Amino acid sequence: MGIFSPGFTGRPRKASEDLPPGQYLTKDFPVLSAGPTPRITNDQWEFTLTTETGEKRKWNWKALQALPIETINTDLHCVTRWSKLGTTWRGVSIDALLADVDTSAQFAMALCYGGYTTNLPLTELLDGKAWIAFEYDGSPLHAEHGGPARLLVPHLYLWKSAKWIAGLRLMDRDAPGFWENLGYHNHGDPWLEQRYSEA
Amino acid sequence: MAVTWQIATVVSIRRETATARTIVLRIPTWRGHIAGQHLDVRLTADDGYTAVRSYSIASSYDAATSDAHDVELTIEQIEDGEVSPYLVTHLSVGDSVEVRGPIGGWFVWRPQQTEPIQLIAGGSGIAPIMAMVRASTALVAEGAIAPLRLLYSVRSPATAIFAEELRGLDARNLVEVTMVYTRGGPEGWPRRIGRVDAADIVVACWPPDASPTCYVCGPTAFVESAAGLLVEAGHLPDLIRTERFGSV
Ligand SMILES: Cc1cc2nc3c(=O)[nH]c(=O)nc-3n(C[C@H](O)[C@H](O)[C@H](O)COP(=O)(O)OP(=O)(O)OC[C@H]3O[C@@H](n4cnc5c(N)ncnc54)[C@H](O)[C@@H]3O)c2cc1C
Repeated sequence: MGIFSPGFTGRPRKASEDLPPGQYLTKDFPVLSAGPTPRITNDQWEFTLTTETGEKRKWNWKALQALPIETINTDLHCVTRWSKLGTTWRGVSIDALLADVDTSAQFAMALCYGGYTTNLPLTELLDGKAWIAFEYDGSPLHAEHGGPARLLVPHLYLWKSAKWIAGLRLMDRDAPGFWENLGYHNHGDPWLEQRYSEA
Repeated sequence: MAVTWQIATVVSIRRETATARTIVLRIPTWRGHIAGQHLDVRLTADDGYTAVRSYSIASSYDAATSDAHDVELTIEQIEDGEVSPYLVTHLSVGDSVEVRGPIGGWFVWRPQQTEPIQLIAGGSGIAPIMAMVRASTALVAEGAIAPLRLLYSVRSPATAIFAEELRGLDARNLVEVTMVYTRGGPEGWPRRIGRVDAADIVVACWPPDASPTCYVCGPTAFVESAAGLLVEAGHLPDLIRTERFGSV
């Protein structure tokens, strides 16, 4: 955290929050994907960051593990209406990956093994709001849940937390990803119930 | 550098209208910006709660003459807003805020652009548009590019930001300004009072066959409407760039 803003109070904050509108609680971890599950080994896995000018940076499994690893306790909300509370993950924050990257881009496209894509404003990926996660509930992340590594953006519907993540492409202009092209909401905030695009 | 937060200091403040101020920020590490880009501003309450909002940079940057560390934000106070009232009524010279930027590579005007430029602003949407106007005047003055055309929609003369500066530039033929008043005009105002309509687009803007690049900025509904009118008038969607400020 940086500096305080003397005299700034902000909106009143709720002490306890319940589920986002239209969600129900589940104890198991449903699997939803647009196609078959890609099988990628840790050795094959590679993450590529491409800036808006086309500059590329790559991390293999070892390089990823050498970055600061965080434990993430978070709730998950799927657009298909299940929510799962208090899940535990380990991963590397997107802030850590972007720390030395020079960019003025506002948007990012997540690119995945298997061809899946999803778009996000870059601000939704920064400030400790998103990670490349590779451990779930104390075990390596299973392939059906996106292993070896997935994007984790838990404050948005889970389709934004792209499984089998292979890279991020930074963009000056927003462009829809896979589900966003198929009628799902461009942003996907569960608290605003942004499930489907209005158009 | 754009992704790291920096602590900026308020070095001066100018009142623009009853509800808008310009805040001049000094930023420690700053390598200039392109007209149209914005900053993210972050406020932190004493319990650690933070709020982040985007604000366009209204000043222009010229590597040769600008003080590289100063940028100007022009902020309109939104009633019941969380952040803008703090910036417009509370923040004082010497205070600090956190900023990140410059951000944005699409809603920008670069001095290399030689095509005609159409600007359309609603309310505080004038901020990034003003950066483009200011960045272009030297090139217009030396005849390198045609004067930018600006259609500026405000509620009334009293709410028009940068009115005097724009009048001065218009008088010197450095920008061609057409004002649209939605609630009430100045004494003896000859034009219709009301929102930007199809006729304004035809009368005040570059015609489609001049292939201008169009920049439309303001509250979201204003941008939707004005950009739609441009398309209906025959402007190519690919040449229309928009910046939506927020809900209303
Ligand atoms: C890229 C970008 C650049 C921007 N540049 C500027 C700028 O240069 N100057 C500037 O004044 N603002 C600018 N904005 C808008 C700014 O980011 C805030 O949205 C605005 O100051 C309101 O914030 P708030 O916290 O005061 O209000 P909030 O607490 O966020 O909202 C309070 C209420 O006001 C409504 N509201 C939010 N934004 C607006 C709006 N623009 N007009 C009318 N009602 C609104 C909300 O729906 C809500 O009901 C920009 C926005 C973007 C996305």
